[in-house]
Amino acid sequence: MSKPKGATSPLSLFVPEPECRPGDHPDFNEMLIPEAGAVRMPPVDVEPLHIHDLAYSVIRVLNDGGEAVGPWAGQLSDEDLLEGLRHMMTVRAFDARMFMAQRQGKTSFYMQALGEEAVACAFRRAMRKGDMNFPTYRQQGLLIAGGYSIYTMMNQIYSNELDPVKGRQLPVMYSSKEDGYFTISGNLATQFIQAVGWAMASAIKGDDKIAAGWIGEGSTAENDFHSALVFASTYKAPVVLNVVNNQWAISTFQGIARGNAATFASRGLGFGIPSLRVDGNDYLAVYAVAKWAVDRARRNLGPTLIEFVTYRAGAHSTSDDPSGYRPKDESSTWPLGDPIERLKKHLIRHKKWSEERHAQAKAQIESEILQAQKQAEEHGTLHNGPHVPAGTMFEDVYAEAPIHLIRQRQEAGL
Amino acid sequence: MTRMTMIEAIRSAMDVAMEKNPNVVVFGEDVGYFGGVFRCTHGLQKKYGSQRCFDAPISESGIVGAAIGMAAYGLRPCVEIQFADYVYPGYDQLASEAARIRYRSAGDFTVPMTVRMPTGGGIFGGQTHSQSPEALFAHVCGLKTVIPSNPYDAKGLLIAAIEDDDPVMFLEPKRLYNGPFDGHHDQPVTPWKKHELGEAPDGHYTIPLGKAATRREGSDVTVLAYGTMVHVALAAAAETGIDAEVIDLRTILPLDLEAIEASVRKTGRCVIVVEATKTCGFSAELMSVVMEGCFHHLEAPVIRVTGYDTPYPHAHEWAYFPGPKRVGAALKKVMENN
Repeated sequence: MSKPKGATSPLSLFVPEPECRPGDHPDFNEMLIPEAGAVRMPPVDVEPLHIHDLAYSVIRVLNDGGEAVGPWAGQLSDEDLLEGLRHMMTVRAFDARMFMAQRQGKTSFYMQALGEEAVACAFRRAMRKGDMNFPTYRQQGLLIAGGYSIYTMMNQIYSNELDPVKGRQLPVMYSSKEDGYFTISGNLATQFIQAVGWAMASAIKGDDKIAAGWIGEGSTAENDFHSALVFASTYKAPVVLNVVNNQWAISTFQGIARGNAATFASRGLGFGIPSLRVDGNDYLAVYAVAKWAVDRARRNLGPTLIEFVTYRAGAHSTSDDPSGYRPKDESSTWPLGDPIERLKKHLIRHKKWSEERHAQAKAQIESEILQAQKQAEEHGTLHNGPHVPAGTMFEDVYAEAPIHLIRQRQEAGL
Repeated sequence: MTRMTMIEAIRSAMDVAMEKNPNVVVFGEDVGYFGGVFRCTHGLQKKYGSQRCFDAPISESGIVGAAIGMAAYGLRPCVEIQFADYVYPGYDQLASEAARIRYRSAGDFTVPMTVRMPTGGGIFGGQTHSQSPEALFAHVCGLKTVIPSNPYDAKGLLIAAIEDDDPVMFLEPKRLYNGPFDGHHDQPVTPWKKHELGEAPDGHYTIPLGKAATRREGSDVTVLAYGTMVHVALAAAAETGIDAEVIDLRTILPLDLEAIEASVRKTGRCVIVVEATKTCGFSAELMSVVMEGCFHHLEAPVIRVTGYDTPYPHAHEWAYFPGPKRVGAALKKVMENN
């Protein structure tokens, strides 16, 4: 059979693949990384159209030498930075401890934020009491940087008798209205549009509170991401829409959610939403961009989309082993470095910190965490209890238990 | 008291709720300036302003998701899904989120939200404007599901739904909007103004969620129905001369178990009439409730009359619709071994 005129080769499906797989030499040479200080800082009331380039660049403050440079620098005092360092160190030590607790069989599951601690910790500093975060499972830094009790977090992780959510949720699915931390779902992306709705409500009521939605780069593919952008742009909701791009959605590299086309930040451009990309491992840059976006929201200028470029240095969860899908040493070659090391270097360079003090602080934090852990374990762990009484499973399905639940509880003898 | 159609009753409920509580907001597709494709929100934007009644993008997941966020903030959103058939993009937000936020946060966050949607067939809506998806909501613990059958109930139940502290699915049988349609599609429908339940107070009143109403007392057989099928069942009882007790469930979740059990134990017979498809539909749940609670009182097998397990056909709508003839046949059959 002869080919019809004008025919080409058969169609084939393009399936994106990451640059490297296990056994390959990791290489981020293709990644665009501007010099620290190179990206301009527009006024918060800038026309979104005039800052399209910011969605394709990377805002950075800390350079390789540990200096804070450029227009986004100079917004935090040394005390702020020392506190920020402590927050990040606390998150890391807390994660290590709880990861270990899961391995020891004290709970079912855990998720670390290893390598991306700066994102939530620095962002939290830009928010006020009364504002609301709609986080994913990897924003424990919001709670810790907000002064939430790590002891209470452990009680949740252990599902013990003091668990504020009564043993109903997987570990790390915290909830604290008081601390501006919306109950975590576990179904990905659903919180993104809810954050927009919360912000719309604040605007409807003439309030001064703002919301922040959080999502991973992988789940930007969900429809909730798109409906959030539609609603946020249509109603100019006072919301900051945060995409944490840590490169990996379990085993799936970011190119599967994004195609090989553009950045996640650039998703906002078609909606007329100012969209910025920031070095997520740079505490100062994260804070500066967060502050910019929060100010915009607070001034009723509408939403901002931020892509935090970071790297998930640990496994997705305690149920995951990244050596099955990415090179073992990929994390150490990540070009934006480690957020704690970078801030530490900056503070040491400015003689506000030292290796010695860092080691002391680390030991002190670890000891505090150990103390809290002992205290929490006195109130139970997942498999050994004690838990809240089993009959509480029938509570809070509704404000008041309807007759069928009352009957089921009676039948269960609980 | 004012004579009103079901549309006017629903509109009046939102009006009363919005007037009473500034935290009540109304939005959805076409509901703002235009007042909704069925006119249920007509005039609300003019009266309460566009911050409290506004048009939404064509995004059911966005409408429901945003309403959840608003409710978590402390508002009481009452949103409209243009047709129940369109709710599915928002279903994840309902089943995974709205229904479980109180539970998963142990009461830290709640979702006092109402989701209104026209349901059911009888208007030549074809398979995309006729569905009755109530079982998909009733199956989800944490949601409440209400289906009124008349203007008086619609208003009192909708105010109760808006004031309820949990998410409520409010399904409005669209064939009842303008009159108590009894399934005789070849005859003109009596307008609501001539019906005793077409009269409702102008102001605030509520009908508790989870309480059934007896529309006709009887001793031969209990008919369990809701929405449009209440009127079909009443017509079938009148036409067959069978002394049926017609229970209008009004709320299918929470379900008024006690009312169902009391009636079936009294009559010893039961016919379940539901417009939705049969398999795994809410009629199956009603059957189970009767079996579990009334088995030893039954004198005949329980019969279900439902929509067939096919999509709702356009041209053959009346062959599909469980009208008074089919219900009447079921009533006769259940009485056979008298």
